[in-house]
Amino acid sequence: MAEYQNIFTRVQVRSKLYPGAPHEIPSDRREEGTSFFSRLLGFFGDPQVGPTYLGFTGIASLLCGFIAFEIIGLNMWASVDWNLKEFVRQLFWLALEPPAPHWGLRFPPLNEGGWWLVAGFFLTVAILLWWVRMYRRAVALGMGTHVPWAFASAIWLYLVLGFIRPVLMGHWSEGVPFGIFPHLDWTAAFSLRYGNLFYNPFHMLSIVFLYGSVLLFAMHGATILAVSRLGGEREIEQIVDRGTATERAALFWRWTMGFNATMESVHRWAWWFAVLTTLTGGIGILLTGTVVDNWYLWAVKHHVAPAYPQMWPAYVDPYTSAGGGAQ
Amino acid sequence: MKQRARVWALALTCVALLAGCERPPMETVQRGYRGTGMEQVANPRLVAAQIPLNTAPDALPEASAEGPKAAQIYQNVKVLGGLSAGQFVRTMTAITSWVAPEQGCVYCHNPANFADDSLYTKVVARRMLQMTQHLNSDWKPHVGSTGVTCYTCHRGNPVPAQVWFTEPEKGRPNGMLGARFGQNEPARKVGYSSLPLDPLTPYLLGNEEIRVASKAALPDRMNPNGVKEAERTYGLMMHFSQSLGVNCTYCHNSRATGEWENNPPTRLTAWHGIRMVRDLNQRYLEPLTPVYPAERLGELGDAPKASCATCHQGAYKPLYGVSMLDAHPELASNTSVPAGKSDTAGAQAKR
Repeated sequence: MAEYQNIFTRVQVRSKLYPGAPHEIPSDRREEGTSFFSRLLGFFGDPQVGPTYLGFTGIASLLCGFIAFEIIGLNMWASVDWNLKEFVRQLFWLALEPPAPHWGLRFPPLNEGGWWLVAGFFLTVAILLWWVRMYRRAVALGMGTHVPWAFASAIWLYLVLGFIRPVLMGHWSEGVPFGIFPHLDWTAAFSLRYGNLFYNPFHMLSIVFLYGSVLLFAMHGATILAVSRLGGEREIEQIVDRGTATERAALFWRWTMGFNATMESVHRWAWWFAVLTTLTGGIGILLTGTVVDNWYLWAVKHHVAPAYPQMWPAYVDPYTSAGGGAQ
Repeated sequence: MKQRARVWALALTCVALLAGCERPPMETVQRGYRGTGMEQVANPRLVAAQIPLNTAPDALPEASAEGPKAAQIYQNVKVLGGLSAGQFVRTMTAITSWVAPEQGCVYCHNPANFADDSLYTKVVARRMLQMTQHLNSDWKPHVGSTGVTCYTCHRGNPVPAQVWFTEPEKGRPNGMLGARFGQNEPARKVGYSSLPLDPLTPYLLGNEEIRVASKAALPDRMNPNGVKEAERTYGLMMHFSQSLGVNCTYCHNSRATGEWENNPPTRLTAWHGIRMVRDLNQRYLEPLTPVYPAERLGELGDAPKASCATCHQGAYKPLYGVSMLDAHPELASNTSVPAGKSDTAGAQAKR
């Protein structure tokens, strides 16, 4: 029994190095670079490493990504006066910030947010080139393009946060800083400014799909592992040629919750949940500040936010009771 | 054997990952309607360690109000002249124990002539007495009848432990790269977050507005604030939270921080507190700048200033709400000569 309960792959298939393309694929699309076996990686996946295909888009993408990484990193390092110790100590706090609000959508001097725009440009180009590369590799292998389209959903959220929404708002300052803690603090400040993002229905949907993805992943992974001793890991074949593993797994879920996904549909569930996480999230961010300025008040207006009993003596905004004020 | 080594390695990794956390259990107190997350979370061990630091000292025995007034007996008494000589000496003794217990009277007074104003500390102390009286009489919406005394801030230190200065620009704002944008370093003032690290200058010295959330559901072009402004106010709120040892829901409801409906009454107290600290910084503390010697000033040459932490020092109420003012009514009311005629106001005019 314990044989089947191990977090690492127990079986490593070793044959001759596999060049990586079935014979139907034309030879000019096949990549036959160098490959080798790694016992360590075999614990987690296929022990064969390579061949890797980079091509023009891959190399250009890595180059642009490297430029963005360097701009961000060197700005961070310069901000601690090139002190390596402080750079390491404060690394999680350091950031490259977008321009101040008064710059609007103009291009500010490099050290007043210009670097943020340049880094953002190169990072975006890198990501888009990487997407092209994925798409072309999928086509070259005669696969569907599900993976690049799922990636595109994540890119959508990224573009909304750093480009589309700032442009619609008319301020680069609405963009996200590059930095570990700074981008998290930005998220909290964003929610505070726009009246609590948890009342944003698209944010709600995004959370549903995010947590749903986690749940589906756990259910599916557990199910397949649980029937792997019966041949369940051959799930793709079992889509059309259902064996005892599929039938037991299906019956398990029908017994426990009355309904089961199929060997095929569970992957559609997973794909859509993952894709909708960032798709709905991006819509939610896009609407914030452009269409809705205060999500809490929006939720009150549309009877989404419940009213709770008054627990303390009521008082009003002291500005209004003091008879005025700046705002 | 190998298996055991792996288990140990795993256990050590887990311990290392948790090393930055506070040890449970925490104490949670519900303060609002059920299910709304209106609760205060405190680490009882940290609170226990803090209690002795926030305990009021015993009051001195009362002095008789009879007899000649201090102004008649002593020279150059500008603030407390209306007290009896006995009360006056008692107050001076109390101040010495609160502010300069090790240095004694000579921290402020010229031992050859106690009436002499040549020591800057005496000039500052007189202004601080006026500030305390002003605070206790005019800022009751924040300090209530509990009030404050010198001890509330000083706690036996000539300079209160929790004063602040305006932060100089960090990083390389004038270079080719490396601007810091006034944020993104582990700063104590903002609870070690990466938020703008000097939210006190705009909000507690300046009059900048904190309210960044819009008052209408849909955009109406009435609110010029963006995320950057929100970050600054968030930094200030981190300062509040850390100064008082409380979390957000001590003042705000858990749904909408900007709304004034259904909040604990503490929010109103805090609102007045913000204005009180501004008033103290603008009218009393900042104008003392020319009086201080250079070593008392900040990096930018500014005077030490007050924030929430200066009085609260980690407690939701300074000294957990114990009033020391009852034993010192001379600090409760404004007995001073009008502020415009005092020494420091003169110094301010010279600036």
